[in-house]
Amino acid sequence: MMRVAGRGLIDRETPLGFRFDGREYSGFAGDTLASALLANGVRLVGRSFKYHRPRGILTAGSEEPNALMEIDRNGDITPNVRATVQELHDGLVAHSQNRWPSLSNDLMAVNDLLSPFLGAGFYYKTFMWPSAFWEKLYEPVIRHAAGLGRMRRVHDDTRNEKAFAHCDVLVIGSGPAGLMAALTAARTGVDVILAEQDSDFGGQLLWSGETVAGQPGTEWASDIVRELGAMDNVRLMRRTTVTGAYDGGVYGALERVSQHLATPEADMPAETFWRITTRSAVLAAGAIERPVAFPMNDRPGVMMSSAVQQYLNRFGVLAGKRVAIFANNDGAHRLADDLMAAGATVAGVIDSRADAPRSDAFRVWPGAVVTGTKGRQAIRSVTIRSDGRTFQEEVDCLAMSGGWNPSLHLSCHMNTRPEWSDDIQSFVPRDDAVPGLFAAGAANGDMSTRACLNSGIASAKSALKRIGVTAKAPKSPEAEDRRYVIAPLWEVSNAKGRAWLDFQNDVTTKDVHQAARENMQSVEHMKRYTTQGMATDQGKNSNINALAVLADTTGRSIPETGTTTFRPPYVPVSIAAMGAGGRGKGFAPERFTTSHDLTDQQKAPWIEAGLWYRPSYFPEAGEKTWRESCDREVLMVRNSVGVSDVSTLGKIDIQGPDAARLLDMAYTNMFSTLKTGRVRYGLMLREDGFVMDDGTTARLGDNHYLMTTTTAAAGQVMRHLEFITQCLHPEWDVRIISVTDQWAQFAVAGPRARAVLNGILDKPVEDADFPFMSCGDVAIGGIAGRLYRISFSGELGYEIAVPAGYGESLYALLLAGARAEGGGPYGMEALNVLRIEKGFLTHAEIDGRVTAFDVGMGAMVSPRKDCIGKTASERPGLNGDARCQLVGIRPTGAVKQLTAGAHLFAERAAAVRENSEGWVTSVGYSPVLESYLGLAFLKNGRARHGEKIRLVDHLREVEAICEVSGPVFFDPDGGRARG
Amino acid sequence: MRIKCPICGERDRREYYYVGDAIALRRPEPDAGEEAWDDYLHLRDNPAGRTRDLWYHEMGCSAWIVVERDTLTHEIYDTGLASAVTKAGE
Amino acid sequence: MGAMRYSAWQILKQGLTGNAGWKPIWRSPEPSPEYDVIIIGGGGHGLSTAYYLAKNHGITNVAVLEKGYIGSGNVGRNTTIVRANYYLPGNSEFYSHSLKLWEGLEADFNFNAMFSQRGIINLFHSDGQRDAFVRRGNAMVNQGDDARLLDRGELRKILPYLDYDQARFPIYGGLYHARGGSARHDAVAWGYARGADMRGVDIIQNCEVTGISIENGRVTGVETTRGPIRAKKVGMVAAGRSGRVAAMAGLRLPIESHVLQAFVSEGIKPCIDHVISFGMGHFYISQSDKGGLVFGGDLDFYATYAARGNLPMVEHVMEAGMTLMPMIGKAKVLRSWGGIMDMTPDGSPIIDKTPIDGLYVDAGWCYGGFKAVPASGWCMAHLMATDRPHDVARNFRLDRFRQGNLMDEEGTGSQHNLH
Repeated sequence: MMRVAGRGLIDRETPLGFRFDGREYSGFAGDTLASALLANGVRLVGRSFKYHRPRGILTAGSEEPNALMEIDRNGDITPNVRATVQELHDGLVAHSQNRWPSLSNDLMAVNDLLSPFLGAGFYYKTFMWPSAFWEKLYEPVIRHAAGLGRMRRVHDDTRNEKAFAHCDVLVIGSGPAGLMAALTAARTGVDVILAEQDSDFGGQLLWSGETVAGQPGTEWASDIVRELGAMDNVRLMRRTTVTGAYDGGVYGALERVSQHLATPEADMPAETFWRITTRSAVLAAGAIERPVAFPMNDRPGVMMSSAVQQYLNRFGVLAGKRVAIFANNDGAHRLADDLMAAGATVAGVIDSRADAPRSDAFRVWPGAVVTGTKGRQAIRSVTIRSDGRTFQEEVDCLAMSGGWNPSLHLSCHMNTRPEWSDDIQSFVPRDDAVPGLFAAGAANGDMSTRACLNSGIASAKSALKRIGVTAKAPKSPEAEDRRYVIAPLWEVSNAKGRAWLDFQNDVTTKDVHQAARENMQSVEHMKRYTTQGMATDQGKNSNINALAVLADTTGRSIPETGTTTFRPPYVPVSIAAMGAGGRGKGFAPERFTTSHDLTDQQKAPWIEAGLWYRPSYFPEAGEKTWRESCDREVLMVRNSVGVSDVSTLGKIDIQGPDAARLLDMAYTNMFSTLKTGRVRYGLMLREDGFVMDDGTTARLGDNHYLMTTTTAAAGQVMRHLEFITQCLHPEWDVRIISVTDQWAQFAVAGPRARAVLNGILDKPVEDADFPFMSCGDVAIGGIAGRLYRISFSGELGYEIAVPAGYGESLYALLLAGARAEGGGPYGMEALNVLRIEKGFLTHAEIDGRVTAFDVGMGAMVSPRKDCIGKTASERPGLNGDARCQLVGIRPTGAVKQLTAGAHLFAERAAAVRENSEGWVTSVGYSPVLESYLGLAFLKNGRARHGEKIRLVDHLREVEAICEVSGPVFFDPDGGRARG
Repeated sequence: MRIKCPICGERDRREYYYVGDAIALRRPEPDAGEEAWDDYLHLRDNPAGRTRDLWYHEMGCSAWIVVERDTLTHEIYDTGLASAVTKAGE
Repeated sequence: MGAMRYSAWQILKQGLTGNAGWKPIWRSPEPSPEYDVIIIGGGGHGLSTAYYLAKNHGITNVAVLEKGYIGSGNVGRNTTIVRANYYLPGNSEFYSHSLKLWEGLEADFNFNAMFSQRGIINLFHSDGQRDAFVRRGNAMVNQGDDARLLDRGELRKILPYLDYDQARFPIYGGLYHARGGSARHDAVAWGYARGADMRGVDIIQNCEVTGISIENGRVTGVETTRGPIRAKKVGMVAAGRSGRVAAMAGLRLPIESHVLQAFVSEGIKPCIDHVISFGMGHFYISQSDKGGLVFGGDLDFYATYAARGNLPMVEHVMEAGMTLMPMIGKAKVLRSWGGIMDMTPDGSPIIDKTPIDGLYVDAGWCYGGFKAVPASGWCMAHLMATDRPHDVARNFRLDRFRQGNLMDEEGTGSQHNLH
C-alpha cells in the first residue's frame, strides 16, 4: 500500500470497494479512481493509441491522457472515462481499454517494434496499390486498430438534462483567485455563479500545503465557501466544468450530477448541460503543468510533479517510495520537501538550470537532465546526465515539471489567439479576448498564491465595472508570494531514444522533426500531419511543447512559429449531455389535433405531417392492407360522405382597412375584389418568382379575411405576411395573427355532406343560400362556428370550424352523422387519391422549384397589380417550353403501376440523364377510374396531351408506358363540387 | 448570442429567425429593371465587419428587426424595428 | 524536380535510416515577379485548379497564393463526405465526374488521401420524402452513378443501432449510395499541393492578396503582402472569402458567408461503418479511421466571417443524433470548429469568367465543396486554359440568377442561408 497516514482530505472512516480489470481493491471516500489505484500500487492503467505502450497515471486532473477507462454500471458501459476525474464510489467497476488479450500482455504492442516505419504520416505514403485494396484490406486493418474505448451498439438510456442559468458574474474556477473574485463580486449583491470542475472548491489550496491568512489553505478556502454559500445571490456549482465561451455572454457548462454516487436517486440525471448567460465573467481556471520531452519519458511511474504532490497531500497516496524529480523551475522543489516529510526517499532533484537552488535536505543536480528511463511496465531507474557524466538512479517514480501553462482555453473560444510571455515561458490570455471575460490567477500567468488572491480581486472589480457596479474590495489576505523562476526546457537534446510529446497518440519529438523536414512547418500542418494534440486531452499536455520543438527545429522563435489555440469544448462532453432531451419523441414538439383521441380509438395509423400527426387511414374489420381501406374511403367520399380533420392547415386571421391590399400583394391573384361571404383560391409566390404556397382565403367582413395555408408552409407564410406588413409596407393599417391552434376545422365531403351538416347545425343551410366558395357564420348547439363551402376532393364539400375546445365534440357529431348517411372518416391516403383524381396540388408538386407557369396557373398572376414574386417570375428561365409542366399520366401498357419519383422518357429513348424529360410527383390508385393516376412534370407537357411516354423507376424496377393528359382526371368541369 | 428585441428586450438567439442582409427592406419597383432586381435578390456586399441584417422574432413578438452587428466579432451595435427603418427610408 | 515517390519500399528504406531522408512534400519558393496564372486561395479547389492546369493543360508557370497555410480553410474543416447524389441537370454530371476523379485520385497524385467508399445512406421519414429521394436516386442512375432504395427491413440489418421504435420521426428507409464515402480531408489538400508542386507550380503560403490590378478592363496581376505579382490570368478561388476578394476587383457576387460547425468525438472502436444522413433536421455522421465520430448539421444561419459557432446549433445537432442513434450518447465531443461557407441563392456553385478579362471565379460551394474539389479544379483549369466552360460545369454561370436558370436542389429559393 502506498497510502500515507495523516495526510489528505479523504475520509478514512469510509472505505470503498471497487474493481479494476476484474481485481478487487479498496479505497476511501474522497478518492478518485486514480488515487485509489495508486494507493493500491497499480501502475499500469492503459495502453497508448498507436504503439500500445504501457501507460500509467500522468496527472491528477481532467487533462489526463493515459488513465482512460471504461466504467461499467451493471453492463452499461461508458468508455474513455478519466480515472483522475471519476470519484470513487462503493462497487465501482472499471476496465482498461485498447489492449488484447490483457493490459499487461497486449499483443498489439508489436506495433512498437515497427515504430521506425510507423512515424509521422506513414499512411499517406502507402496502402495505395491496388486502389481497390483500400476498402478491402488496408482500411479494415487500420480501423480495427482505431479508437480507445468501445461503444456498444445499444441505445444509451442514461438520463441527462439541460438547463439555463443567468447571473451577473460567472466565476470559473475556485482556487485562490476564483474564491477572491467570487467573494468580491458577491459582497456587492450581484448574482454570482461560482463553477468548479472539481468535486471540491479550493483549487491548488487543496494540495499545495500553502497557508492563507495564517490558516492552512484548505481551511481558508472552506471559510470563504461557507460565507459564499450563505449568500442568496450566490450559486455554488461544484463538479461543473465550463466548457465553452460563446457570443453575448453565453457559456456552456457540464455538471456531473450523479455518476460519482454508488446509488444515485432515481430522478437524478447523470449529467446536466448548462447554458449560463452572464453579464461578465472571471476566468480563474488555474494552470496545467507540462511535461518535458526526454527519451522514454512515457513509462508508467513518470508523472507530473504537481500530480505527485496532489496525490500525496490531497489523497494521502505516495506515487513512489523512491522518487526523483526532474524540473526546470522552483515549483518542483516544494514537492521534495513534502515527499520527505511523508517518509518517501527523494533520490534527488534533477534541475536543468545551472543556478538551481540547493537544498540541505535532498540532493540537487543543477544543470542536469534526464536522458532516459528503464523498466518494463513501470519505471525502475532514471538515467541522468550531470556535469558531463551519465549515470543511473533507481527510482519507482519520476516527477517531472517543464513549467506551467495557464488554462486560458476559454479565452481562445472566440478566435483570439493568446500572447507569449517570456516571464513564464508560456501563453497568457489577451485582454478582451472574450468580451466581458477577465482572466485571473494562474490562468492569467500569476504564479504565486499572493498574486492569485490579488488578481482575483482585481479581475472581479473589472468584471463589476463592466456591468456598472463599483466594488468595495475585500482586503487581500496574507499569503505566500514566491517567485516563479523558470528556464525553458522543452526537449532534452543530444540524447538517444524517442521522447514523447503526446502520450496518448504516440507523437514523439522525432515526428515533429520529420514533419518540419517535410515542410509541414506551420503549426497547424505539423499537428494535422503528426496527430499531435488530437488525442482526448485536446493537446492540453503537449501542444505548447510541440510548438516549442517545432520552433527549435525550424530555427524560429515560438511567437514566430505560431500560437496554439483551443476550441470548445474545454473538456470532452458526452453527446447525450449536449443532446439531452433529444431522445425519442423529445427531438421536436408534437402537435395533436382535437380529434386525436377519437381517431386513435379507431386504430388509425398515424403519419407525421410536419410536427402534426394525421391519420393515414381508418381500417375496418376484414381489411388486410392499407389500400383496401383507402379504396373504400375514396369510394365512400365519392358516393356518400366522409369526414376529415383539416385543422393542421395554417389559419391566419387578417384584419384592418388595408387587409385587402396585403392579400393583393401576397397572392398573385386579386382578393380586394372578393365579396364578403366568399372564398377564393390563391397562389402565393416567393419574391424570387417560384410558388411558395397555395390555399383558400375567405372574406369574413369588409376588413376581415381568414387565410388558409398548407400544413407544411404555415410558419413560412406567417413570417412572409409579417415581412410584407412590417418591412415593406409599415404604413398599411392591417394586423395579422395565426389562429391555427384556436380553431378546429373538419372537412365534410361527398354527395351527402349537406345532409350531415344539416343534422347538426342549429339552422340548416341550403344549396342556393350557401353556394360553392361561400362562407359564413353558423351555430352548432349554440356554439358559434364558421362554415366554408370549399372542396379538396372535388365533391360537394364543406369545412366547418369551431373554437378548438369544441373540436372533439364536433368531430364526434360529424362522425355519427356521416355514419348515419353511410359514410365515415377518411384519412390522408384517401385524401391524397381524391386530390390526385382532381389534379389538385400539394407540396409534392409545389416543391420550391416550380413556377405558376409550370403548374398551369400563369394566368393567375394578375396583370393589373404588383405582387410578391411577380417581377422575378417574368425572368426567361422561369417560363417557356424548356420547362417541365404539370400533366396527368395514366398507364396504358402492360404494366399498370405508376411510382412517384420515377423519371419520364420518350417511348424508345434510353433511360439516361440526357433523355430525361420529367418526373412523377404523386401517384395513387383511383378506385373510381380503376387505374393508377399520376401527376408529373413533363418538358413542354401541356402541348403533349395524348402522347405516350415511358416511365422508368430504376430503384423500384418499374417501367410503364403512360398516356399524357391534363392533370384533372375526374369531373373535369367541376360540377360535383358546385352542385 | 443575445439580441435585443426593441419590444421584448434582450433574448437568446434561438428565438429569432434570420433572413439575411437588410437590403431586403429596399424592394425595387416592379419596372426597376433586371439589374436592380438581381441586386435585390442575389448580389450581396457580404461585408467582413459592420453589417445590417434582418431578423424575425419568431418565438417572441413577431417583430422584424434590423440588427447592426459585426460579422467578424459578432458584436451587436444596435437593433431597431424594421418598420421604423422602412418608414424612415433608411 | 527530383520528387520522392512514396511507396511501402520508401517507408522501409527511410525507416531503416532514421527517417532522416524524407524530402519536403512541397517546396516553399519565393514568389516570382510574374506568372502565367495566379490562383488566389490555397484550399482544395485552388490547389486542384493549379494541379490540373499543369497536368491537363501543360500550364506550369502558376502560383497559388495562400494568405495562411495551405488547406487552412474549408478543405480542412469539413466532415469529409464524398458523394455524387445530386439530381438536377448540371449538378448530376458535375458531381458524377468528381466522384470518378476521386476514385483515381491517390494513384494520380501518389498520396494516400484515404478515400474510402464506405457508402452513404440518406434516411427518409415519410412517403413524400421517400418519393423525393427516389426521384434523386433515379437521376443518379440515369447519370450512370449508383443508388439503391432500402426499406426499413433492409436498413435494420445494415444499421441495427438506429432508433426504429421511438424516434420522433420514424425511419421509413434510406437511399443507399455505395460509391459515396469519406476521405482524409487534409491529405487531399496536401496531395494536390504535392502533385502541383512536382509539376512546377509555386505554392506561396503566408501571402495575402491585398489588391487585384486591372488595366483597361483586363487583369494584370495582384498586390500581395509579399509585393506585387504580375499575371496574365487570375483565378479567385477563395470560398468563404470570395466576396471580399471579388470586391478588390470591384465586383459583387451572389454570395453571403455563413458558418457551418462540425464536431468530432473521442476515438472509440469502430461502430459506424457508413456515412449516415438524417432526413428530418440536418444531421450527418461517419466514423473516421482513427475512431472519432465526425458529424455535423446545419449552418448557424447568420452571416459571419468568424470560424466558430454558437450553442443553439451545437445542441440541435446533438439532439438529432440522440433521436436517431442513441448509442452515440456516451461518445464525448472532443472538438468543434467552424468553416466559412460561400452560400449562393440557389445552393449551386459558380465557375465562370467575370466581366473583367483574365479574371475568373470559382466559388459558391455552399457547404458541399469538399466532394467537388477534384471536378472543380478540373473545370476551373479548363475554363482558365481554354476560356470555355467545361461541359460538366456549363451551368455554373454567374448570370444564371439574373436569367432565372436556377439550380436549386433544396427548393428553398433565393435566401442564401437556406441551401
